[in-house]
Amino acid sequence: MENLVEIKDVNFAYDVRPVLKGINMSMARGRIVAIMGLSGCGKTTLLRMIGGALRPVTGTVTVAGHVMNELGQDALYGMRRKMGMLYQFGALFTDLSAFENVAFQIREHTELPEAMIQDLVLMKLNAVGLRGAQHMMPAELSGGMARRVALARAIALDPMLIMYDEPFTGLDPISMGVISNLVRRLNDALGATSIVVTHDVQESLKIVDYVYFMADGVVVAQGTPEEIRNSRAPFVHQFVWGEMDGPMPFHYPGAPYRADLELGVAGA
Amino acid sequence: MPEHFARGLRIVGHRVSNGIWRLGFATRFFVTILARSALSFRRFRGLTFREIYFAGVLSLIIIIVSGLFVGMVLGLQGYETLQKFGSSEAVGTLVALSLTRELGPVVSALLFASRAGSAMTAEIGLMKATEQISAMEMMAVDPIARVIGPRFWGGVLSMPLLAAMFSAVGVFGGYLIAVVVIGVDEGAFWSQMQNSVDFRQDIVNGVIKSVVFGVAVTAIALFEGYDAPPTAEGVSGATTRTVVTSSLAILGLDFVLTAFMFKGI
Repeated sequence: MENLVEIKDVNFAYDVRPVLKGINMSMARGRIVAIMGLSGCGKTTLLRMIGGALRPVTGTVTVAGHVMNELGQDALYGMRRKMGMLYQFGALFTDLSAFENVAFQIREHTELPEAMIQDLVLMKLNAVGLRGAQHMMPAELSGGMARRVALARAIALDPMLIMYDEPFTGLDPISMGVISNLVRRLNDALGATSIVVTHDVQESLKIVDYVYFMADGVVVAQGTPEEIRNSRAPFVHQFVWGEMDGPMPFHYPGAPYRADLELGVAGA
Repeated sequence: MPEHFARGLRIVGHRVSNGIWRLGFATRFFVTILARSALSFRRFRGLTFREIYFAGVLSLIIIIVSGLFVGMVLGLQGYETLQKFGSSEAVGTLVALSLTRELGPVVSALLFASRAGSAMTAEIGLMKATEQISAMEMMAVDPIARVIGPRFWGGVLSMPLLAAMFSAVGVFGGYLIAVVVIGVDEGAFWSQMQNSVDFRQDIVNGVIKSVVFGVAVTAIALFEGYDAPPTAEGVSGATTRTVVTSSLAILGLDFVLTAFMFKGI
C-alpha cells in the first residue's frame, strides 16, 4: 500500500537539547497509526513536524509526495488545507459557537454560499453527534463535547490526513470510547489517514492499525497492536501493562536511601 | 570584589542583549502586521469593524467620564489662576488648548492602553496558551492577517476618535464649571476659544499625536500578547508589561512630537 507520510532520518533539537534522533517512520494511506511514548519523548514534536510547524535539523518529512520541510508558506498552507488536526484540549475558538468553529475553515478557504455552508457544518456536527449543540459556546461544552466539536472542525474540509494530539487526555470512559470510535469511523468514512499521538495504550490499541513506540527521541518498537501487546521488549511491556518498575524506574535517581536518612552514620 | 563586578556586568549585559533581541522581534512583528494588512481592509466590515467596536466603543464610558472630570478640573484650575490676572474669560482658551494639544491625545491614550491594550494582550496571550493560534495556523489561516491585523487597525482607527471624544467632552466639562457653575460670560468663553484654537496647529496636531499613540499602544499590546509565554503567569506578566511600556511610550513620544510640532511657538 502506498505511503501517505514518510519520515526519513529525522533529527531535531530545541537549542542544543536533542529531541528526535534519527527517526524513520511510514504511514500507509487509509491506516490509523499511533505514536506512543512517555511525556517529553518527542511525539508531539514529530506531529508538529508532519504539519510543517517545525522543520527537522536533518532528514525529510514527506506528505503525499511533498517534502514538508522544503515548502514555502503558500505551498505549506496549500498542504495544510488537506490536513486536519485535533488538539489535546480542542483549541476551539472561544469567541465562536460550535457551529461557527466548524464553519471557520470553510468560510476562510471557500466561496461557498451560506446555505451550503450551513448544510456542510450540520453534516459534520451530526457525524460527531452534536448537531443539537450547534449554538453552544465552547465554555458551555463538556470536555468530551469540546473534543467532538474540534473533531468536526478538523474534518470540515474532508482532509486526507487527520492528526490527533493526545485525543483521550482527561476524558471520562464514555467520552473516551466515543472519541476512539469516531477516530476509526471518520477515518474509514473519509478514506483518510490518521496519526494518533497518545500515551493511552489500551484505548488506542483497540482502534489503530500500526503502532510506533518512542523513548528518548528514538523509535524503540513498532508493530501491529497484537504484536505490541505480546512484545517482550522491557520498555514496551512496562508501558503497555502499566508496571511500576522496569526500564523506567519508580524512583527518581538520587543519593542512596540510607545515606539520605543518615542511617549508620556515626553520631547521627 | 572583581567576581561580584563580573557577575553584575553579566546580568546587565544579558538584560541589554535580551532587550535588543525583543526590540528586534517587535520591529519584525510590526513590519509583518503592516505587510499582511490587506485582509483587514478587504474584510473591513467582518473583521476590523468588530475590533473597532471592542477597542473603541467599549472604551467610550471610561473616556467620556474621564474627559468630563479632566475638563471640569481644568475649568476650576484655569479660572482660579486666570482671575488673578483679570482674564478669567480666557478659561475657554485654556481648556480647549490643553485638551486638543495635550490632555486629549495623551490621557485618552493612557486610558486606552490600560483598558483596550491590556484586554488585547490578555486575549492574544490566552489564544496562544490554549493553542487557538496554532490551530489557526494548522488550518492554513495566517493568524497575523486574520487575528492580529484587524485588531491593530481597529485600535489605530479607534484612538483618534476616542481622543476627539475625550476633548469634546472635556470642553463641555470646562464649560459646565466655568460658565454654568462659576458664571464666566458664555459668549466670551466660546468666542475666545474660537479665536485662539487653530485647526491646523492644534486640532490636526492633536489628531496626529493620537494616531501615533494608537499605533504604539496597539502594536505593543499585540506584540506582548503574541510573545507571551503560554502560561497564566506569562499572560499576566505580558498584560502588566503592556500597560507599563505603553504608558512610557506615550509619554516619551508625546515629548518628541510636541518638540517637533510646537517648537516655533
